[in-house]
Amino acid sequence: MIDRSFIGRTLPPFEVEVEKGALRFFAKATGQADLVYVDTAAAKAAGYPDLPVPPTYLFCLEMAAPNPAALRELLAIDISRVLHGEQQFVYHAMAHAGEVLRFEQRIADIYDKKGGALEFVVRETRVSKQTGAATSVLVAELRAVTVVRNAG
Amino acid sequence: MNIDYEQVKVGDELPAFTTDAISRHTLALYCGASNDHNPIHVDIDFARRAGMPDVFAHGMLSMAWLGRLLTNWVDQRALRGLGVRFIAITHVGDRITCRGRVTQKLEQDGERRLRLEVSTVDQNGEVKLSGEALVAIASKPVAK
Repeated sequence: MIDRSFIGRTLPPFEVEVEKGALRFFAKATGQADLVYVDTAAAKAAGYPDLPVPPTYLFCLEMAAPNPAALRELLAIDISRVLHGEQQFVYHAMAHAGEVLRFEQRIADIYDKKGGALEFVVRETRVSKQTGAATSVLVAELRAVTVVRNAG
Repeated sequence: MNIDYEQVKVGDELPAFTTDAISRHTLALYCGASNDHNPIHVDIDFARRAGMPDVFAHGMLSMAWLGRLLTNWVDQRALRGLGVRFIAITHVGDRITCRGRVTQKLEQDGERRLRLEVSTVDQNGEVKLSGEALVAIASKPVAK
């Protein structure tokens, strides 16, 4: 069983730069043909300062953490036993290529079902970006539920 | 695409699309592009050791397709939320249809918004992802 005392624990915040080439690779991998997501001129013509970060790519940027396994290691979870149960995004502002995003992760809940055969870890992540020397805006709030299949 | 709040009706459907059959190549590209390097999606030896019959698609790949479904319909700047439950595993060879439907017109945080139900289903009609999206609609039609 995962130690429930980790509920409420925050992880070290980290920053990730949004790379234009990576956004184009993501567009290719997800069959995105809309030029706004791959062509800087098309993005600017649509009123964006640069290529926009597509709706689910914030999760991928979260996976670009210095140690993407930090949470699993903290909770001693075997990667071969995890499934993605739920994912939510609440959007507050757009993010674009060239911007640096800050990720703040928190373990919101840990619970189990089926007599412990399945355990659930709820991670909440706040994503923000600097807009000035001392100002930042909230970009999005993410909520991920990871399912751990325990040996029966 | 022009979305006019007054014209939109509960029950209206977004233009659906169906992907090509998911190949191992699709999963390899998504593995690299998404930063999700869990080998269970690309390495069949690892998947079998983990008790799975084969590699399987990242849930977030299907969610990215739902993102496309939405941004094909409205400008992304109108998107206020997207959430799904991953109900069943999406397999290699599946052809996934992405669908959305307006379920509610509402006013929230000083905006006119639409609540949508979104889902992905395979070629047999099995639901894989099911969830909701929230989009803001300007009083005047928004050009897309």
